[in-house]
Amino acid sequence: MLNDEFGNRRFIIGGLMILVVLIYIIRLFDLQILDNTYQDKADSNAFLKKIEFPARGLIKDRNGEILVFNKPAYDVMMVVREMKDFDTLTFCKLLNITPMNFTERTKEMHRRKGYSPYTPQPFMTQLSAEDYGILQEQLFRFPGISLQKRTLRDYNYHNAALLLGSIGEVNKKMIDADPDFYIQGDYAGQNGIEQTYEKYLRGEKGMEIFLRDAHGRVQGRYENGDYDVASRPGKDLTLSIDINLQAYGEKLMQNKVGSIAAIDPSTGEILALVSSPTYDPSLLVGRKRSMNYAKLLNDPLLPLYDRPMMACYPPGSTFKTANALILQQEKIIREYTAFPCHSGYHVGSFTVGCHAHFSPLNLIQSVQHSCNAYYCAGFRAMMDHPKYKGISNSFEVWKKHVVSLGFGYKLGADVPNEKRGFIPNSKYYDQIYGENRWKSLMIVSNSIGQGEILATPLQIANLAAIIANRGYYYVPHLVKDIEGQQLDSLYRTKKVSTIDSIYFIPVIEGMELVMSSGTGYASRIDSIAVCGKTGTAQNPHGEDHSLFMAFAPKNDPKIAICVVVENSGFGATWAAPIATLMMEKYLKGYIPRRRLWMEDRILNANLLPKKHVSETK
Amino acid sequence: MSVRQNNIVKNIDWFTVAIYFLLVIAGWFCIYGAVYHFEDASFWDFSFRYGKQLMWIGCSAVIAFMLLMLDSRVYTVFAYPIYVALLLLLLVTIFVAPEIKGSRSWLVLGPISLQPAEFAKTATCLAVAKMMSTYGFKVTRLGDFLKVFLIIIVPFAMIILQNETGSALVYGSLLLVLYRKGLPGIYLMLLFFLVVIFIVSIRFGEVPILAAYPDESYGLFLVMLITLVVQCGFLLIFQKDRKIPLHMALFDAGVLAISYLIYKLFHVDFKFTYVGYGVILANFIYLIVVSFQKFMYKYFWIGLFAIISVGISSMSDMAFDKLKPHQQTRIRVTLGMENDPQKAGYNVNQSKIAIGSGGVTGKGFLNGTQTKLKYVPEQDTDFIFCTVGEEHGFVGSFVVMILFLVLMLRLVFLAERQRSLFSQIYGYCVAAIIFFHVSVNIGMVIGLTPVIGIPLPFFSYGGSSLWGFTILLFIFLRLDASRTESFGSL
Repeated sequence: MLNDEFGNRRFIIGGLMILVVLIYIIRLFDLQILDNTYQDKADSNAFLKKIEFPARGLIKDRNGEILVFNKPAYDVMMVVREMKDFDTLTFCKLLNITPMNFTERTKEMHRRKGYSPYTPQPFMTQLSAEDYGILQEQLFRFPGISLQKRTLRDYNYHNAALLLGSIGEVNKKMIDADPDFYIQGDYAGQNGIEQTYEKYLRGEKGMEIFLRDAHGRVQGRYENGDYDVASRPGKDLTLSIDINLQAYGEKLMQNKVGSIAAIDPSTGEILALVSSPTYDPSLLVGRKRSMNYAKLLNDPLLPLYDRPMMACYPPGSTFKTANALILQQEKIIREYTAFPCHSGYHVGSFTVGCHAHFSPLNLIQSVQHSCNAYYCAGFRAMMDHPKYKGISNSFEVWKKHVVSLGFGYKLGADVPNEKRGFIPNSKYYDQIYGENRWKSLMIVSNSIGQGEILATPLQIANLAAIIANRGYYYVPHLVKDIEGQQLDSLYRTKKVSTIDSIYFIPVIEGMELVMSSGTGYASRIDSIAVCGKTGTAQNPHGEDHSLFMAFAPKNDPKIAICVVVENSGFGATWAAPIATLMMEKYLKGYIPRRRLWMEDRILNANLLPKKHVSETK
Repeated sequence: MSVRQNNIVKNIDWFTVAIYFLLVIAGWFCIYGAVYHFEDASFWDFSFRYGKQLMWIGCSAVIAFMLLMLDSRVYTVFAYPIYVALLLLLLVTIFVAPEIKGSRSWLVLGPISLQPAEFAKTATCLAVAKMMSTYGFKVTRLGDFLKVFLIIIVPFAMIILQNETGSALVYGSLLLVLYRKGLPGIYLMLLFFLVVIFIVSIRFGEVPILAAYPDESYGLFLVMLITLVVQCGFLLIFQKDRKIPLHMALFDAGVLAISYLIYKLFHVDFKFTYVGYGVILANFIYLIVVSFQKFMYKYFWIGLFAIISVGISSMSDMAFDKLKPHQQTRIRVTLGMENDPQKAGYNVNQSKIAIGSGGVTGKGFLNGTQTKLKYVPEQDTDFIFCTVGEEHGFVGSFVVMILFLVLMLRLVFLAERQRSLFSQIYGYCVAAIIFFHVSVNIGMVIGLTPVIGIPLPFFSYGGSSLWGFTILLFIFLRLDASRTESFGSL
């Protein structure tokens, strides 16, 4: 060994080497193990994922009529790097756009997130089949341009727009909610059935994975296509809607604001769901979608407002049937219990008016004549009954029954945006009047469907279904059948109300009398026993809303219905004829000659408000 | 003769040879992986680089064998002639070499191209070893230092002229050898400090301290702070004096704190660098006084050190501007001042993606997408380590790093066991050069050092580079094999 005074420096030099290697290993640990972003970056570098869009499921009506199907549309895709010697002018001419528009579109394309000059970027979306044909012939002249096939919706009928919904480009929220499926530029159901059943309708995307080199050239399939996935078309849906009934309902409701909800009581299947005014669903397809959407959005009559599901009205006299059931169930009244009525219900200076009829009347007669005094008296008798030990308790019992009849909460129909209506509880009144400071008289209007309670037309139709069934219902729903899939158990489970079936008999009798010799007489149907109840919802903003609730036939109910015509006065005037025409159409398939004048009267009536006041709550 | 042959076989450090072969073979597989195209396959196709590399490896084995067969005294005796011959070759290259990618470093002889710079390293190491092993050579003596400095600087300058800055910088690593043989550590520390000043000045040169004075540089102020700390450190280390640095530190901190408080409490805007100038000047005057009191120059030098470092800091911008634009951007990318993955930062960004996407165990041999699909530039030469990182993951990179570390430490160990000064110095030269190559090359692909185009020893594709390192290493192994006999010959 050489001996020298600097021998120890070997350790400094060796230590330096160890230090550098150690730092590098830490850095490698950070890059390769701690930081996960590089894997994604590498994949987005090397993998060119070509998405194959599946065909969206078809939508049929209950009789198998195809309502919604697909038509091809094409997106013009642009790979900027391949656009050499590009004849912009001819290209613009073929697409029928100005060169200025071309520049605008390319600029917008550059700004988009995830833009790359090496991959196909959407330049223009939803080219029609005709435009596609013209461009396709000339495509060889435009390097870097390709056409990506997509599907758009097309409609055989111009009805049921709101319940079907439409498809539109996904927004950021939707992508975030399902980032594995959606990417920017995808289409998805935006409302109605298209939205609720999106995951059945959309199918599964296919994907081909190609390897792409640094210059953007495709170098073959990744792993010989082992990871490629074929697309799978979406599932077809069969709706419970009868499209002819639906179309008829929309026709009857033309020039009126309101809704029709018709349910098959034995299954909960919705037969028709009319929101008026309505629009043609094909307006919201393709490139004119956004323009038309804006137009609909700004329409003062709110055609985009799904009235049967969302509009909340005081149910008016139709709600007396519910009270009749509850009072019986609570043994406050019996079938033969009679209350007097002297043109109304009077307590001191307090008066609830009533129309002219004999006095006293029993339960069946009270339904038939829609007697206000009867229900005020009955309701107060229940509220003040000593067995509940206080009005708070009796009111809660009452509320429990009302809720079991489908009010106060969302029913759970398979349409987004369903509203729950409103049924107050005792705390609500505690807040308004103070604890123990409210009396039965203050809340007596609840007995006649006014006061604080609110219900959607669907809820009222559901009440009709419960009465038709003598005590139970299925959650109303629009989809009858999903291809290869069972319906949600929610729609297959019987929901039983808290009212014993025996108590339905007098109510049904009363409702039958309404049609045979009561307020609904004018709208009766020959040879079918219809049970109905008119209603008039007081509207502080304008003229009263006309309501009608019914089911038929009495002993084998096939249809339960609720019709609301806003700002049109008595239920018997407009809602009842519309409802019975619908029922007759559904049950007989035609309108007999005797009633054609009535159909004519309805079709020609224009009940649109001069200055529209919306009923939104 | 046969006895001596036997001795050589027995005395060769087979451990190093084994590591050498491991690295070369691993390197070949990486090149195969980097060049491999999904369609074609043959290992032996000489039209592809892995085929050629196999040929270079074969030749290297022959060269290594021949080097081991030569008498060890050949290297000492012919050290200068070899050095001069290589210098001439470098000189010729400057004028005859065609321009390839902006540099004139390749000698084209028919189908074969050689890069003399790769061999000049060995020659320079031999000459440095020869010079430093002369009897009575002392690196601390200015004349001796200049001699060895000259030996290093001439090939350095020629390679700079060939426009191969990266290869030229390698010669800087020989400073480690000088340090080992007695160059005071303070010079290396000052050099290191110079680099720090440069980096800090560049990195924070365009950052203003206060919005009121946009032209005032935060970098300069940072350099001042670092300088003040280092100055006190120097006083502590070299003067073993506690009182003076303590006074100074208290004074410095006090002034800075007061000026900060004035700014913060009274919202008075002023130039902080002026405060810094004042403090440094005050320190300098104080140290001059002290050096007169104590009759010790060192206090003066330490005072001057601060002045100079601030001066260098303010001039580093000018120096930076003297660099070529692509060199400037490479430094800026490394310092994180420029981050444009599509342009200047492309290489490093892509190599980080390739390595980072390897994960723990990598994507598997021949399964690396980033290297195969040519996202990584120079994937078989300077950026070959990406293939290791991508296909073999952290495990593979770790093993390669450890192999290099073991090789370098082994070389230091071997150098230390030499009895001849020549062999020892040469051994350190080999270790230092490999150390420089490894740290700069891998540092560059993982984004820790600027992009400097030098190959990874034994890994990167290229005959010149592989042969160059083989010769460099095996000469030392030959010297080491006869370490017992050289006692008499010197």
